[in-house]
Amino acid sequence: MNRQTPEILTVAGVGVALSGRAILDDVSFVIQPGEFTGLIGPNGAGKTTLLRVILGLQRPATGTVLVDGQPLSRHNRAAGYVPQKVLLEPDLPLRAKDLVALGMDGHRPGIPLRSAKRAEAVREMLHAVGADSFADARVGELSGGEQQRVLIAHALISRPRLLLLDEPLANLDIRSSQEIVSLLGRIATEQQVALLLSAHEINPLLPVMDRVVYLAGGRAASGTTEQVIRTDVLSALYGYHVDVLHVHGRILVVAGPPEVAAGLPAGAALQAG
Amino acid sequence: MGAVFEPGFFTSGPVHVAIAIGTVVAVVSAVTGVFTVMRGQSFAGHALTDVATAGGSGAFLIGMSPLLGFVGLSAAGAGVLEMIGVQRARGRDLATGLVLGVAIGLAALFLYLDTTATATTGATQQILFGSIFTAQASTIPIVVAFSAVALAAIAIAYRPLLLSTVSTDIAAARGASVRAAGLLFMLALSVSVGLSSLAIGTLLSTALLIGPPAAALRLVTGVGRALVVACLIGVGATWLGVLLAYDSYYWGSSHQALPVSFFIVAIVFAAYLLSGVGARARTGQSQAAARGRAATQGQAATPGRAATHSHATG
Repeated sequence: MNRQTPEILTVAGVGVALSGRAILDDVSFVIQPGEFTGLIGPNGAGKTTLLRVILGLQRPATGTVLVDGQPLSRHNRAAGYVPQKVLLEPDLPLRAKDLVALGMDGHRPGIPLRSAKRAEAVREMLHAVGADSFADARVGELSGGEQQRVLIAHALISRPRLLLLDEPLANLDIRSSQEIVSLLGRIATEQQVALLLSAHEINPLLPVMDRVVYLAGGRAASGTTEQVIRTDVLSALYGYHVDVLHVHGRILVVAGPPEVAAGLPAGAALQAG
Repeated sequence: MGAVFEPGFFTSGPVHVAIAIGTVVAVVSAVTGVFTVMRGQSFAGHALTDVATAGGSGAFLIGMSPLLGFVGLSAAGAGVLEMIGVQRARGRDLATGLVLGVAIGLAALFLYLDTTATATTGATQQILFGSIFTAQASTIPIVVAFSAVALAAIAIAYRPLLLSTVSTDIAAARGASVRAAGLLFMLALSVSVGLSSLAIGTLLSTALLIGPPAAALRLVTGVGRALVVACLIGVGATWLGVLLAYDSYYWGSSHQALPVSFFIVAIVFAAYLLSGVGARARTGQSQAAARGRAATQGQAATPGRAATHSHATG
């Protein structure tokens, strides 16, 4: 496949099964350069698995993934990554700026050499994510929101064209969460990087999101918010009737009335917003 | 108890050898130990000392140098640990426990045979509590060579080790050789455990491996600085321990020198306790800084923005 693809990410027919249970089933979507895409779905929908497949950390049973038109290999790790659970212990002696510097060349063998150029690149990146004031603090002693900024800087300093973030808003308070969303929206434009961000809530992302990939029951629907977050599309995805409600600019996805949703566990509201 | 340096300290051959070996071993232990503590692999380090006990006592039994037994078997043990349980923390814990049990069993057998074969308890004393004062000058080149191997392994694996300490997923996603870095680290750990077993014995070698780095990590921030401070504490404790053990011969009237391992471990422990005071000063500063940042952010949030936040929570 020598065709020059404009897409930064192509996911085609990806299926993953773990011990006989289908986690992902025929998931397909594309992401254009510089786009902000929300990967939305309830807990257990397979969001983390999908991100791990795109990163090459997990091999799919079926389908292909192309990053920047190239199949994944050991040497094609074009995507930056901010995992959901990064346990930064307080006794880890790394400062915020050390962790960001590791993003440049931490995968290479040897001891890093100090240089003014490196330090300047790290300073610029810390500034871009608004982390100047805690550049010299231990990462383990930073707040959740501050750690998120440092991890984003760490992932961005290698200048990837695609950045994957796994539930970056989980465990953040409302204000930190809002600050991270606006920061990411700004970064997508300024750094010319496409973002794929997983979340179980869609509302915080509405102001910045270009497109949405909605995962439910291992299957995916993708497009603009208006195309995807609709009663018919999501009902087809879930396999039973759900209602999409718009309340003061917010979106709520709830299981349908009892007679329609018969056979579901009582009160199974599908929390998506 | 007389002078700080009792007569003959600076001219004693065994003291020279002890200082030379002790210094090299303390540096290797400190460097390896910083990564051991950061990676949370102290338990694996401890298990390897038990493997080293089996190796040292086995080597003694067949007339080999215990140092080769220490290093050889703990390297093999490290390989087994990596093979059985690298994937999950729980698997690693289990593998470590199993290897530890088998090693102690073998050590019990070998030490029994050593003692009955030679009709002395010298072997047991030497292997469990070290032999830095009875080591031959000819072992110095071997100690230096092993140390070079351990330090080279750490130097090569340095960046991928740090990255995988932060997150193995990030490291793997960047294409770092997480497995190779882990293997190089275990090689360095096993060599370092073998060397410190020679110096202060297998029972106490964990103290030299973990103590100085644990104190350093409480005191300073930055991996480079932690390595330097851990080396200073380790080397300082070793020198002071050798001096006190030498001097102890002149304490009282019985003319019985006390074991050097005891002094080194006691000084390391004292350094760790003292580091708590320094650590409180350091965390006090960083907590004040964090409160300062939180306060500035609080001022920046206007009531208008607060309304947007509640709107966005759905």
